[in-house]
This record gives sequence, structure tokens and C-alpha cells, in this order.
Amino acid sequence: MQFLQSALLRLCTTLITLAGVAVIVFFVIRVVPGNPIAMMLPPGATEADVARLTALYGLDKSIPQQFLIWVSGVLQGDFGTSITTKQPVLQLVLSRLPATLELSMMALIIAILIGGFMALTGTRLRGSKTEAAIDVGHGMALSVPDFLWGLILILAFGVLVPIFHISGRVTPSLPLPFTTNFYLTESLMRLRFDLWLDIAAHMFMPALALAIPLAAIIGQLLKQSLKETMHLDYVTLARTKGYSETHVILREALPNAILPTLTLVGVQFTFLIGGTVIIERLFSYEGLGNMAIDAVINRDLPLIQGIVILFAVIFTGVNLLVDLTYAALNPRLRHA
Amino acid sequence: MLDGRSAIRRKLPTRLVLSATWLTLLVLAAIFAPLIAPKDPLAQDLFLGQLPPFWVQGHEPGYFLGTDSLGRDVLSRILYGARLALTVALIAGSITCFIGAAMGLMAGFLRGWVDILISRAIDIWMAFPPVLFSILLIAVLGPGLWSIIIAIVVIDWTRFARVIRAEAMTQGAMDYVASAQVAGRTRVSTMLTEILPNVLPTIVVLLTLEMGISIIVEAILSFVNLSISTDDPTWGGMIAEGRASIHQAWWVLVFPLITLFLTVLSFSQLGEGLKDHFDPVLR
Repeated sequence: MQFLQSALLRLCTTLITLAGVAVIVFFVIRVVPGNPIAMMLPPGATEADVARLTALYGLDKSIPQQFLIWVSGVLQGDFGTSITTKQPVLQLVLSRLPATLELSMMALIIAILIGGFMALTGTRLRGSKTEAAIDVGHGMALSVPDFLWGLILILAFGVLVPIFHISGRVTPSLPLPFTTNFYLTESLMRLRFDLWLDIAAHMFMPALALAIPLAAIIGQLLKQSLKETMHLDYVTLARTKGYSETHVILREALPNAILPTLTLVGVQFTFLIGGTVIIERLFSYEGLGNMAIDAVINRDLPLIQGIVILFAVIFTGVNLLVDLTYAALNPRLRHA
Repeated sequence: MLDGRSAIRRKLPTRLVLSATWLTLLVLAAIFAPLIAPKDPLAQDLFLGQLPPFWVQGHEPGYFLGTDSLGRDVLSRILYGARLALTVALIAGSITCFIGAAMGLMAGFLRGWVDILISRAIDIWMAFPPVLFSILLIAVLGPGLWSIIIAIVVIDWTRFARVIRAEAMTQGAMDYVASAQVAGRTRVSTMLTEILPNVLPTIVVLLTLEMGISIIVEAILSFVNLSISTDDPTWGGMIAEGRASIHQAWWVLVFPLITLFLTVLSFSQLGEGLKDHFDPVLR
């Protein structure tokens, strides 16, 4: 009952946050200088043409009126029409969302694999030079943001040793038999491993750039938790029973040390998704972030609004999910 | 067995010294850029386009780190680019720090409706993708130094507010604060004379980190061609040009990238070093 109550309360704050985002983004972009309508029309268009298009996009009404129209549309699933492509914003945004989701998920998986491996290796080799090297590596990876890692990866694996693709999502000349935009997932399900390999080779560099800082956070925290767990009595008991050190770490210490890291991963995952904006730009990856930057440059107001709202929904959704899972898993919080 | 923590502590002076040295050199380079830059950073010469750095066959004397596709000297542009990067770091970092720390102090110590208001605002801010938000703000404000600074302040104040709010709450619950209150001080006076000095080390650490972050934000904005006018040398702008001509002239990307990398790393290491230095448990 109390869990339900706190869950409802949490849902309410999430909705307030989203409403706040909607209000801010709407009013911020209304002050964008430059007339987007004038940019759409060919030179030589008449005043009447401009007025007609302005009315079509509702830009002739007062700003509060525009806001009401926009909000009532959004509540019915209508995010307006993109000014540059003249397609419905929702359709455009949903067509790019799978690319960004696949990239983020791949980055998350890479981060968990690298971070987990580093933490376990560091714990297994406590006190060795390797552990010290891992600590330094974590410090470096954390100090430098994904944007710079992306550039370094471009130089290293795009130019110096060109083994990965550094731009695009898939080789353009390949015929794509897909019905959804989840290329990576669908190619796997259709057992088209040739396509899967090409898509993965395009995605790996941007995903790795996004993953490096998160991997360091995971590695650092998990290693710290493991270190604390390794001193507990039950671990010592397992060791005196004659289990190998590797077994003790993986089977005894890890399950108890993993919870704080899991919570952190949830929160940090939203930062990773935020990072896709510039990483997609850097790698010319056709996702939501790249579309967003183009929309800003082209002054495509309805599209910008739609993308920012979608990002906000994803961020708050992930946070909500993490909080609820944590509350459900943790009996102390459940009855608090 | 070697303790990981003592290993870090022994290295601490080295990383503080190294990062401080790099940043000092950079500040000097920025100040004296007109004196030490070998060429005019804006001078174009299409006959001297994409010259390689001095150790590569085909270089021209005087162009140590080569030229970009318009024949502009890479070294001179990096030196002049440092001016914008450091100006942004200093001004944007300080203003962000001031506003964010003030918000955090008020929310964490005064509590009540101030806290509710500020915390809600932080929640809303956290739901924005930061890079997209900054690009959007620049589009609204128009390119220019002050637009970059305003964008950074508007986006990053929550970094300070979140941490300082939590610290101020912890400090506010301590006995010394209660005794200050009993002595008849006002809440605001207690906040400024008792709480602020105790959270100051955290503020300094965050400020150092924020300077590095500001430089990255400026580079990202120049990279998408939205920071200042396109002619003026910026590290992000050079990186964007380098990314475009990466297969013909790697040096246009590599040298600004190394400079940016070392600078961001130095700010971060300086901040982490200061954090360890201030932390009595580690000391």
C-alpha cells in the first residue's frame, strides 16, 4: 500500500517535471530570431505566401494561444508538422528513435562489460601493478568526456588503423530488407549476419565513445563495493572452505556488491543518452540527436519541441523506472 | 599488501604539479599569444594549404604544426584559440559557480518553499539533454562569447546546486549550527558565516571541474559551428575542420585535440587532487 502511494507520488512529480520541460522549451524557442517561414519559401515569394504559410503553422497567433493549441495537440498525440520536411513530427521522431535506442543500449552493454571486467580483475589482482593501472585508467576515462573519446577513436580506428566505420549507420549501398528501424535487432532476427556485422561495425565506435566514461564509473564503484565485501566474515568463511579466489569473488562477493552499482547505472544511463546528441553528430550517425542539431540549425521549431520532449520523456522514464525498481527491491524503502 | 588509497596519495603531488604546470603554460600562451604566435591566425594562403608539421616531408619552415586547408597556421590558431577557451572557462565557470552554489546553499539550509522551488527546478533541468539544450540556447541567443557563457550558466548551475544543497543539509543538522542559532543569529547570517566556509572546499573543487566542462561545452558549440564567428580560431572549430579533412590532413585534427585533451584532463585532475587534499579522511 505504502509502495503504491509513494509510486503514485513519484509519478506525479514526473508529470510535473515533464510539464515544466514542455513550458520551458516552448517559450525558449519562441524567442528564436529569424523567420522560419521566410527560410522555407523560395526567393521572390510574395507577402501573401508568407502570410498563408504563417497561418498554416499557427505562427500568426499570440504565444499563449499557440501554447494552448500545441499542448492540446500533444495530449492527442499530435506534435505538429516539421517545417523543413513537412512531415508529422511524431512520425519523424519515431523513425529516428530506434537508431538512438540501439546505440544507447549497445553503449550500455559495452560499459557494463568493460566496467565489470575491470572491477573483477582489479579485485582479483588486489595490490598488484595491474590494480594500480586500472585505477589510473578509471581516473583518465572519467576525466575526459565522450566527445573527446569519440575523436580519439576516430583517429585511432578510423585513420591510423582503419578497421571500423566512422560515419553513418550502415553502408549506403547495401539493400535493406527491414520493416522496422531497429536495424541491429532486426538483422539479427532475420539471421542476416552479413548486415548485422556491417551495422555493428558502424555502431561500435560511437557506442564505445559513449561507453568509456560510464564503464569507468561502473568499474570504480563496483570495485569499491567488492573491496568492502571481501572483508566480510562470510567471504572469509568461503575462502577457508577452500574455494578458489576467483570463485569467492564471482559467486560470493559479487551478488552482494552489485546492488549500489545497479542503481547508479540507471541514473548514469540518462547521461549517456544525453551524450548521444553530440556523438551522433560526430559520427554522422542518423539518430535523434543528429536530427535535433539539424532542426536547431534549420530553425524547425515544431521538430525541436518534439525531440526535446521525447528526450525528457526518456530521461524521466528511466529515472522513474530505477526509483520504482529500487523501492520494490529494497524492503527498507518499501516500508519507510 | 599495498593499499590502493595510499598509492593514489603518493601520486597526488605529481598530478597536481603536472596539471597546474600545463594550465599555467596555457594561460601564459593565451595572454602572450600575439607575441609568440609565429603567424597571423586568420591569414589565409591557398598556396600553402594543408602543409604537414615540421617533421614530415613537404613542410614549410615557419609552419611548425602545419596548416589547415585554407593555409592558416595550426599552431597560431591553437594559441589564439586558448584565449577563448580560457576566457569561457574563467567567466562561465565563476558565474555558474556563484549562482549554483547560492541556490544550493539556500535550498539546503533555508529549506521550506525555497527548497521545494529550487529542487523542482533542478528536476526539470535534469530532464533536458544538456548538449541539445545548449545548442538550442545558442540558436536563441545568437553566436558570441556572452551567448556561450549564458548557455553554460543556464545549463550547469544545477551541478553546483545539487551537491551544495546536500552538503548544506548535512552541515545544517550539526551542533555548531544549532549553537549559532541559539546565540541569536539570523538564518541568513548563519548560512553565510557558518555553513558557507564549511562547504567552500567543495565549491572550489566543483569550480575547477566546471572550468574543464565549460571548455568542452565551448568546443562542442564551436564544433557544430555555433559559438562565435566562424573565422575566429576556436579549438572546437579547428576540430570540426580536422574531422572533415581527416583523411588528407590528420594534423589539423590531432594538435587541437591533444591541446583540448590535456587541458580538460588537467582541470579534472586538479579538481580531483584538490578534493583529496581537502578530504580529512584521505589526508
